[in-house]
Amino acid sequence: MASTPTTPPTTPPAAPAVKTNRIGLSVMEYKGSKTTLCAGCGHNAISERIIDAMYEMGVQPERLAKFSGIGCSSKSPAYFLSRSHSFNAVHGRMPSVATGALLANRTLMGIGVSGDGDTASIGMGQFVHLMRRNLPIIYIIEDNGVYGLTKGQFSATADLGSKLKTGVINDLPPIDTCAMAIELGATMVGRSFSGDKKQVLTLLKAAIAHNGTVMLDIISPCVTFNDHEGSTKSYKYMKDHDEPIHDVSFVPQFEEINVDYDPGTTTQVTMHDGSRLLLRKLEEDYDATNRIEAVKRLMQAHEKGEVLTGLFYIDTKKPNFLEMLNMTDKPLATLPESVTKPPKSVLDEVMEMLK
Amino acid sequence: MATDVVTQPQRQGPPPVKAVNDFSIQVATVNGSGSQSANMVLLRSIFQMGIPVSGKNLFPSNIAGLPTWFTIRANKDGYIARKKEVDFLIAMNPETAIDDVKSLAPGSAVLYDEPLNLATVRTDVVFYSAPFDKLVAPVCPEAKLRKLVKNMIYVGMAAQLIGISMDEVEKAVRKQFKKKQKAADLNFGAVKAGYDYAVASLKKADHCWVEPMNATQGKIIIDGNAAAALGSMFAGVTVVTWYPITPSSSVCEQLIDYMKHYRIGADGKATFAIVQAEDELAAIGMVLGAGWAGARSLTATSGPGISLMSEFAGLGYYAELPGVIWNIQRTGPSTGLPTRTMQGDILSTALLSHGDTKHILLLPDSVAECFDMAFDAFELAEQFQTPVFVMSDLDLGMNNWMSDPFKYPDRPIKRGKVLDKAALDKAGSFARYKDVDGDGIGYRTLPGTDHPAAAYFTRGSGHNDRAQYSERPDDYQNNMDRLAKKFDTARAYVPKPIVETGKSKIGIIAYGTTHWAIVESRDQLRKEYKLETDYLRLKAYPFTREVHDFVKNHDRVYLVEQNRDAQMLDLLKLDLSVDQIPKLRSIRHYNGLPIDARSVTDELVTQEGK
Repeated sequence: MASTPTTPPTTPPAAPAVKTNRIGLSVMEYKGSKTTLCAGCGHNAISERIIDAMYEMGVQPERLAKFSGIGCSSKSPAYFLSRSHSFNAVHGRMPSVATGALLANRTLMGIGVSGDGDTASIGMGQFVHLMRRNLPIIYIIEDNGVYGLTKGQFSATADLGSKLKTGVINDLPPIDTCAMAIELGATMVGRSFSGDKKQVLTLLKAAIAHNGTVMLDIISPCVTFNDHEGSTKSYKYMKDHDEPIHDVSFVPQFEEINVDYDPGTTTQVTMHDGSRLLLRKLEEDYDATNRIEAVKRLMQAHEKGEVLTGLFYIDTKKPNFLEMLNMTDKPLATLPESVTKPPKSVLDEVMEMLK
Repeated sequence: MATDVVTQPQRQGPPPVKAVNDFSIQVATVNGSGSQSANMVLLRSIFQMGIPVSGKNLFPSNIAGLPTWFTIRANKDGYIARKKEVDFLIAMNPETAIDDVKSLAPGSAVLYDEPLNLATVRTDVVFYSAPFDKLVAPVCPEAKLRKLVKNMIYVGMAAQLIGISMDEVEKAVRKQFKKKQKAADLNFGAVKAGYDYAVASLKKADHCWVEPMNATQGKIIIDGNAAAALGSMFAGVTVVTWYPITPSSSVCEQLIDYMKHYRIGADGKATFAIVQAEDELAAIGMVLGAGWAGARSLTATSGPGISLMSEFAGLGYYAELPGVIWNIQRTGPSTGLPTRTMQGDILSTALLSHGDTKHILLLPDSVAECFDMAFDAFELAEQFQTPVFVMSDLDLGMNNWMSDPFKYPDRPIKRGKVLDKAALDKAGSFARYKDVDGDGIGYRTLPGTDHPAAAYFTRGSGHNDRAQYSERPDDYQNNMDRLAKKFDTARAYVPKPIVETGKSKIGIIAYGTTHWAIVESRDQLRKEYKLETDYLRLKAYPFTREVHDFVKNHDRVYLVEQNRDAQMLDLLKLDLSVDQIPKLRSIRHYNGLPIDARSVTDELVTQEGK
């Protein structure tokens, strides 16, 4: 310590007011442990945006449940929202764990963090079924095109012709997880780039407001194994090729719209909870509520070598998986015995039928 | 070859001894021909006459066309294990008829469909021939139903020949078809046609007879999978996930039926969620996710599904997640004999997964224990915060068994060591994996608990007692030792074995459905060889103190089980002190058929050198 005051002040100086969100929590309450990922890893930027989004939206940390599979991406839930329960599952099998947990307690808000290896290869089976169920969860793919923890092998989202550090060229086509998610029934699907703070944050805030499966594929460069010349998932490549399909902004239901927008160039989507998404046209007309057009546009982007980002598809009406099961509103996990254990008369009735 | 109708029974050899309430009937049909209803009617009619009866369906992995056999054993002494010998064959399947007849013991009876022309196959059995097609046509005008209704003809004939009361048959038909009166009338018409034909044209020459008894009063008939489903419902299950696999599918299918009936709240909302998963990996993942979040969750599967669940089972053990997994064991791998029975997954399930994993297994022998253990399984899973496996098998799960009515689980449900908000307010903080009580079991919190100190990070890899990531050797070892301690604690909580000890130096250990063969075999040993045996029936793994004592107190201990590699014996060897191991002997049965008493008796006598 530099110096010790010789005379203590008679009145302590007023502590600077800690800024808090709408539920009275400071941003510190949304932090996690210190990251152990590489300095500059895109995943860290995404963790920061998750913290910001949860803070700005005023999500009660205890209501959130975090899920992940295995890989660098899947370590990251430890680095945000320590006040939320978290489940680091097995490789590629996070969707089932999340499904079970949300069945057990439908009042939880679920967020799953996966990687391109964890999702598009070993986890493909569970990924597609999660999308098809439209489970209410925010599913994030931190997508860097390589396996990090096992030191840099290609994943199934690596682009054709992209090159590993060792010189190996990828000669298989990439899996477009966004196109798949749209086709299979996810109701909010987008792609972003970890370097685009505003877009990631906006999509995450909208994701929090959405009722259904949100699938966000966030290109998140791996500074150690896939950030070199010849990589199509590097910072440089993304800066050169990122093509936002529109400019996205989000107004939560607890705020008034205080900017003017031109209905001719901006589409407004009213979300399930009354929040609004504003999609401002850039170079082309794009209708984010049309599944067929969305998939078509994504396929065109592949043909042209563009990396489209933005909100590709949204459906605010489709019932989610939990709603379809006609479950009681209370968490199944804590239903009392009086509700979950039928009385003796029921057993007597069944026994009588079996005689 | 003559194609004359053989209406007169033919037989040679010694005159039959009259076997009252002690015989087995085998019905050989083609899969998909609808014989199940007829067989159930036959079984139920005998049951209603008060005679202990059991039914075993030996069916192929096939929708229609392959051979299937249904065996009904009536036994006045209450033996309900499979009996090797068939006394009365109903031969309806052209493909197997000749082999079926050839495999009979002399003096047995054969009722067959006339065109099969079996009477020429051998001369030392009794033949009854009947023109099924001619008989069914007048009672079933609708031609496309005849294939199904035809089976009821043999019910009527068998009833007449062995003395089953037609009143009981009619009652059984009406029960089988429940509210479908037209179907019941049609089928009973066929039964009567068969009965009348037998009166007019068949002359009793076999030795199988039924006489009314009073040994089934108040009893129920149910399959083990339905019993498991019922037990789970009364145990308060809330999340059920499943992937179809024979012979386990009917656990969840029947559970769906029961839950839809009895677990919908006054508001019309379900107090449960049932999800058909994309595979067994997802089924167990959902179970563990739900268990983590506090639900009583369950899945049912069989051997191949268990293999797929292996990685998650290990995570469940290390991350300490409750969940109940029913393993309705079947024979061999995926393309083996999926519709045959075995106790073949004992070792693989007990040690399922990587690293040092050990799981609690429950071993039901009966439908009543399927019901009871469904409750036990949840109690253990939540109190020990670990996956619990219930090891049923195809024989128990898919066959119909007679039982006393199930007892309502009166004891209150225990949810284990869960800290809620109030408890956290009091404690201030908690360490998820700390052994506070000295029993190896930590306290947990559920996601959604409204307290800033409630959260913890769940992972399978190394962690310290505060659930923080750790690769420190001492943290890892301490955790492993605590898990071992927890498993040891479980020894005092799992269901205790049933022990029947006298003065014999010979002990028998068995478990699950093998029990029924042991009951009968011990009587055979006593009556035929004057060999007294003591008996311990295992109900759970880990082994309790009683198991160690039993081995200690006997000179030779025969562990009887239905697998090739003496799997339970191997597990027991891991537990016993070295000096006790040489006492263990093994009797195994593994041909896909349920074990029978005679096989046990013969092998035990051989090993005893008698």
